[in-house]
Amino acid sequence: MDITSLTVHELMDKLEKNEINSKEIVEAYVKRINEKEKDVQAFVTTLCDDAIEKAIEIDNGSKDNFNIAGIPVGIKDNICTKGIKTTCSSRMLENFISPYNATVVEKLDKAGLINLGKLNMDEFAMGASTEYSYFKETHNPWDLNKVPGGSSGGSAAAVAADLVPWALGSDTGGSIRQPASFCGVVGLKPTYGLVSRYGLVAFASSLDQIGPITKDVKDAAILLNIIAGHDEKDSTSYEAPKKDYTKALKNNVKGLKIGVPKEFFGEGINGEVKKKLEEAIELYKSLGAEIEEISLDIAKYSLATYYIIACAEASSNLGRFDGIRYGYRTEKYSSLKELYRNSRTEGFGKEVKRRIILGTYVLSSGYYDAYYKKAQQVRTLVKKEFDKAFEKYDVLLTPTSPTVAFDIGTRANNPLEMYLADICTVSVNIAGLPAISIPCGVDSENMPIGMQLIGNKFEEDKILNAAYTFEQTYGFREKYKPDFKR
Amino acid sequence: MADVSKEELLHIANLANINIKEDELEDYLNNLKDILNFAEIVNKADTEGLEQTIGENDKCNVFRKDEVEVFEDKKALLQNAKEQERNMFKIPKVIN
Repeated sequence: MDITSLTVHELMDKLEKNEINSKEIVEAYVKRINEKEKDVQAFVTTLCDDAIEKAIEIDNGSKDNFNIAGIPVGIKDNICTKGIKTTCSSRMLENFISPYNATVVEKLDKAGLINLGKLNMDEFAMGASTEYSYFKETHNPWDLNKVPGGSSGGSAAAVAADLVPWALGSDTGGSIRQPASFCGVVGLKPTYGLVSRYGLVAFASSLDQIGPITKDVKDAAILLNIIAGHDEKDSTSYEAPKKDYTKALKNNVKGLKIGVPKEFFGEGINGEVKKKLEEAIELYKSLGAEIEEISLDIAKYSLATYYIIACAEASSNLGRFDGIRYGYRTEKYSSLKELYRNSRTEGFGKEVKRRIILGTYVLSSGYYDAYYKKAQQVRTLVKKEFDKAFEKYDVLLTPTSPTVAFDIGTRANNPLEMYLADICTVSVNIAGLPAISIPCGVDSENMPIGMQLIGNKFEEDKILNAAYTFEQTYGFREKYKPDFKR
Repeated sequence: MADVSKEELLHIANLANINIKEDELEDYLNNLKDILNFAEIVNKADTEGLEQTIGENDKCNVFRKDEVEVFEDKKALLQNAKEQERNMFKIPKVIN
C-alpha cells in the first residue's frame, strides 16, 4: 500500500480500523519528501522531525479526538505559525517568527493535524506562477519545466506530488483555484467571511480568504469543516451555525441549474481547455443537470477592477513593513526615513514594489476618482450581476484558467501577461463568492485542465456537491497521474 | 492613454517609501503605463448612481468589549526586531 497516494478520508478510514497509525503515515510522507522535494521544491520550511515526534505523541495519546488526529498537513507560508518561520516567500520576512498562531492553525492543532511544513508561494501572494518567490521556483509535478501556478503554487504542487495529503492556501484573485487547476488537484475558495483571516499576512483584506487544496472533493469538505467558523479576532468573519459540508456530497445533480457564462469561453481560451470544458458540460447534462448559456457582461471589467482594488489595499497593508518591529532591516541608513526606505527597497521583490507603486498611484489625489473610486463602483456592478445570475442558477461553470500550466520563465518579466492568468477567477473574489476548481481532464501533453464552479454566498454545499458528482463519474484520479516529466 | 511622467513616478515612489534607481525608472514607468492603460477599461462600465462597495460583506461597526488582554510572551514579540533595548524596539534618533 502506498500511503502517500491515499486521500485523507481514506487515511481516516484506516486510522479508525487501526490498520495504520499516525507515525507510519508521517514517516511515509517524510520518505516521499526526501525523494521528491528536490524535483518539486514546494517547501520553504520542512518540519519532518517535529512531525514524527508529534505523531508518536498522538499515537500514544487518547483517541477521543475522533479519527482525524495524526494526519499531516502543509500550510502556505503566509499563514502565521507560532514559533515556526512565516516568510511569505519574501526577503522581507526571511527570518520572521510569528508570536502567535493564525486562527486556522489553532483549529488544525485542535483537530490534531500535524504541520509537515510551510509551503512556497509568490512573494506576499502576488503572482500566478510561484516564480516571484524570493527563495525558489516550485516545479509542476506533471512537467517539471512548467510552473505550478500561484500564488499557492507550493501548496498545490505538494498535494499533487503526494508530499502532503492536503494543504491550506490563500486566494485573493485565484491563488487557490488557479494552481489547483495547473496541478490537477482540488482547490476551494470559501465565501468571504466563512474562514477567519486572523493571522493570514494581509495582501488585499477585502478579497483574501484561506481555503483547502486537496486530492479530492470530499477532503476539501472535511478540511473546510475544520477551518470554517466565526472568529471574533476577524471582524469580517461571519456568524453562522456550523455546517457539516461532507453531508452536501450527494452524488446527484438532477435538476441542478447550471449557468455557463459565455464570456469565459471567448477570446484567449486555449482550444483544448475549451474542449474539455464542453465535455464536462455534456457530462453534467447526462447526469440530469439543467445547463444554460448566460451572459456575464461584467467579465470584461473584472480583471482591471481587481488589480486596482488589490494593489490599492496592498499598498496600504504593506506599509507596516518598515524594518522596525519585524522584517528585514537595511544596514545602510543615517536617518529614520532612510531606514524605512532602504529596508523596503531591499526587502521587497520587484513585483511587490510594482504593485505597491500602482496601488499608491490609484489612491493618490488626482487619480483616486478615476481608478479607485470607479473600481469600487464596478465592484458593486459585479455583485449585482452575480446576484441576478443566482436568482436563476444554483451554480456557474467556467474554466479555472484559460490555459494549462505554462513554461517556467515565459511570463515572469511581463506583468500584464502574468495578470491574465487570473482572468477567470478574480470576479469571484470581487463579489465575495465561493468557488471550487476541480480537474476535468488533461490536454494532449498530459497537463491537467481545471473547471471552476461558482456558488452564491455561503452556498459551498451546492458547489461541493456539483464538484463531487462530476468527480465520482469522471474519475480523474483513477485516469491520470503526474509523472514528474523533465 | 495613461501618461505618467518620471517625476510623477518618483513622487509616488516617495509616498510609498520605495527608492527607484535611475536604471530601473524606465522599466517601472513602462509597466505602470501598461497596467494603467489596461485598467482604463473600468471607465467604460456604466456605474451611474451606484454606491461603492467598501467591504465584502454588509457588516459595519462590529463591536466588542474593550478589555485589556496581556500578551505574556514579550520575548516572542521582540525577537523579530533587529534592535531592541530594555523590552523596547530601538530606532534611530528621530529629532536632532
